[in-house]
Amino acid sequence: MNKLLLSLTVNGEAREVAFSPHKTLLEVLREDLGLTGTKHGCELGECGACAVLVDGRPVLSCLTLALECEGAAVETVEGLREDARLHPLQACFADVGGSQCGYCTPGMLVTAKALLEEKPAPSRDEIKEALSGNLCRCTGYLQIFEAVERAAAIGRGEAAGEDRRD
Amino acid sequence: MTEHRVIGKPRRRVDAVAKVTGRAPYADDLYLPRMLWCKLLRSPHPHARIRAIDTARARTAPGVKLVLTGADFPRTYGILPVSMDEHPLCPDVVRHVGDPLAAVVAESEEEAEAALALIEVDYEVLRTIASPEEALEVDEPQIHAYAQHGNQHKRVALQFGDVDEALAGAEHVFEDVFFYQGNNHLAMEEHASVADLGSDGKLVLYSSTQTPHYVHRAICRALDLPGHRVRVHAQPNGGGFGGKSDPFNHEIVVCKAALLLGRPVKIGLTREEVFLLHRGRHPVLMRFRTGVDAEGNIVGMDLETLLDGGAYGSYGVASTFYTGALQTVTYAIPRYRFRGCRTFTNKPACGPKRGHGTVQPRFGQEIQLDKIAHALGKDPADLRLQQLCKPDSLTANYLTVGTIGLRECIEKVVAGSGWRERYGRLPEGQGLGLACSSYLCGAGLPIYWNKMPHSGVQLQLDRMGAVTAVCGATEIGQGSDDVLAGIVAEVLGIAPDDIHLVTGKTDLTPVDLGSYSSRVTLMMGNAAIEAAERARELLARAVGEHLGVPPARLAFAERRVFDVEDPARGVDFQEACVLAESAFGTLGTVGSYTPPRSPARFKGGGVGPSPTYSYSAAVVEVEVDPDTGWLHVPRIWIAHDIGRALNPTLARGQVEGSVYMGLGEALMEEQTFRRLPPKRSNALVHKFPSALEYKSPTTLDMPEVITYLVEDPDPRGPFGAKEVGQGPLLPIMPAVANAVFDAVGVRIDETPITPEKIRAALEAKRKGKEARTGPRSFPRIDWPEPFLVPPPWEGGDGRAVNASEAGRPMSKAVKP
Repeated sequence: MNKLLLSLTVNGEAREVAFSPHKTLLEVLREDLGLTGTKHGCELGECGACAVLVDGRPVLSCLTLALECEGAAVETVEGLREDARLHPLQACFADVGGSQCGYCTPGMLVTAKALLEEKPAPSRDEIKEALSGNLCRCTGYLQIFEAVERAAAIGRGEAAGEDRRD
Repeated sequence: MTEHRVIGKPRRRVDAVAKVTGRAPYADDLYLPRMLWCKLLRSPHPHARIRAIDTARARTAPGVKLVLTGADFPRTYGILPVSMDEHPLCPDVVRHVGDPLAAVVAESEEEAEAALALIEVDYEVLRTIASPEEALEVDEPQIHAYAQHGNQHKRVALQFGDVDEALAGAEHVFEDVFFYQGNNHLAMEEHASVADLGSDGKLVLYSSTQTPHYVHRAICRALDLPGHRVRVHAQPNGGGFGGKSDPFNHEIVVCKAALLLGRPVKIGLTREEVFLLHRGRHPVLMRFRTGVDAEGNIVGMDLETLLDGGAYGSYGVASTFYTGALQTVTYAIPRYRFRGCRTFTNKPACGPKRGHGTVQPRFGQEIQLDKIAHALGKDPADLRLQQLCKPDSLTANYLTVGTIGLRECIEKVVAGSGWRERYGRLPEGQGLGLACSSYLCGAGLPIYWNKMPHSGVQLQLDRMGAVTAVCGATEIGQGSDDVLAGIVAEVLGIAPDDIHLVTGKTDLTPVDLGSYSSRVTLMMGNAAIEAAERARELLARAVGEHLGVPPARLAFAERRVFDVEDPARGVDFQEACVLAESAFGTLGTVGSYTPPRSPARFKGGGVGPSPTYSYSAAVVEVEVDPDTGWLHVPRIWIAHDIGRALNPTLARGQVEGSVYMGLGEALMEEQTFRRLPPKRSNALVHKFPSALEYKSPTTLDMPEVITYLVEDPDPRGPFGAKEVGQGPLLPIMPAVANAVFDAVGVRIDETPITPEKIRAALEAKRKGKEARTGPRSFPRIDWPEPFLVPPPWEGGDGRAVNASEAGRPMSKAVKP
């Protein structure tokens, strides 16, 4: 099968990638662009582990054909760091216990980032709703909710910054 | 209590940054140069003989490098020495839908998958054994010829004191039958493995495994390789929960392929394949007969369990004993009999899941206690409090219990939930339920018999001030790396993230038996303390010499070694290392841990002993719609006797994660099967092998959880710590059932507790029938003569008094 050539922006960098046209965005990210931070837990859109941001909106990359992403801006967990420091969400997940085995974490982080960009002061129910498509089997979710709330407070300048050393 | 700088302080776990940045290297994230892909051909039949298999077309398909079948794997393996019943690829018989019988290795995963369709198999379909009841009745065809009888894999019977006499003399005898449904771990990471030949020509397997040492042994056995030709690197596991504790067929297949091809070979299971691999919670039918005195104190208990084992042994013999092991460690039970039977069925094999084998009978025991309390007009909390086990005592079945924080656990959840004011007094449709539990802090015996340590830790210290902690323990998300770093840092007065960690690599790290049975904190932790104290002693001797201070007067803190009487007098940690390396040469220390020998001397006494036990109590609040049976859980109070929380942030996460997983099992999770119509294949297939249809709780289902960590340090644990990863799951399911009874007066004696079952029980109640949903009877099983072991208080010494006769069948007739 002939490969397609695609131009897109990944974590702020212009990239060109050649890939077989049947591939999903998840496969292209992991296999062709070397971005293995994005995980897969089902390949059927059931678990949320593969969530990435496409033009700022969370999508399930296992259900998105890469060829649909021509010219799109894709953001993955690898793009969250800011100036060699952790994003507040990353720092809060680390400090509050929002990540145990870590496998759902990349999908949780980008989904939460999209939420906070839309709603800087989300209620607990809004956080639950936003993350309801992301399964986590370790934490029981509560420390994830707290991490998002704390990161939101930092984003609003209402709380001191976390330890953001990477 | 000594002042600690690391231990007991909430902090970021040492692997957190790797996980929030996407850098943690899970097995499936490994893409090696020239890597090939493997896919397995899986049986569409639940039970069939392989008459012929033709791989000719597959071998010449595009991209294909290798096709393997059962003929390439003459040797068997299995986690337990008593049930080495698995082949990497089935050579003659397939035993469940999904059992693999051929493998294709190709340049791409797509090409490997396409070639699978070209393999032609001629099957002779055999009768399917679909349930434990069917397994009891149908001896032929046998799923495994080595089964103890027909399709009964294993029957065990143990008796501690004359239980019949105790029940005959009891004021009341309660008889109840319960069913606990099987379920899957559903770890977010699907199993993945990459095998490669190192530049030294030795095999290396990178895998998502909780037990690299056992996988190492299985590869050597199955491929007939000496131990030194093989190494297993456990990558960080994306969740385990017991589901990555067996050595797996796909791991051995990619090893063989890498040996033959000299190239890296990878396999990544799909979610469906994970359900078909399974090794999850055994479905268990159980009957409790419990005698109590007028006050409700237990005078004797008789427990029978029937396990649906699936198609292979896995950990099943241990699981069977575990269904009878821990009844005695929560409440004083003076006389006790346990009989368990594990059956083979044509389904994916069951194995260990969080709480291994003890979850199912705990469900029954705690509901029955609730029934006893109601029958006797007692408060369920008081009924438990009046008969708790005594600390530092021996149980009827010779388990040595250590500290017991269960009284405080019960008091915490009772106070927090307003139990005294609210229980039994809430409006119709609202209820509270209480349950308790206990769990191991590490299995007291290894999987294979040996006298060596269960965990070893090595420390390297160098002139750069670097400390490297090396241990075979495996990070599965539970925080074992953080426990190791935290303990070493505490002893040496440095910070946890100052320490380099090398864990779970069989060629580099001393053996740790693996992340199962909640053993890592206690066993690796004690080994780490020993290694760190030895390192500290070396440093103290060198620094003491240098400063002219007695070593005992030196303190280690804030990355310094200094005189406690004159803290300004000291050296920094790196200088201490330089002084010690100058004095003693290259620096390294080791520590190891071997659990104390159990006083149990009877056959079967090897399952259940642990250095100490954790305790938990939970109160669950429910809302039940009396018309529809709809069940909602708004709030849970959970108290866990952890001994000492090494990192409270992690400990809380383990407790809440256990509550979550228990709630999933209580409300919705089930691994169930259905028969296809006879016109098709009549095959027994998984009902919903997908993460969507296999229901698990989402963010929207998670209740508020109020967590209490009860800290009464146990001297057997490192800094007093006990386990926290499994115990808090156990009380949730029975507490939900008990709360449903408080809310609407019906008993749901099986899991999952669904609205349909509640509604059926409510309907029965309205019609004046038994207000209950649950199993009606327990089948007659031809139990063997039990091993008779008098309890300690009846003059017993831990041995069976009838060891020569015990274990034999009581009658020849098997049919009920």
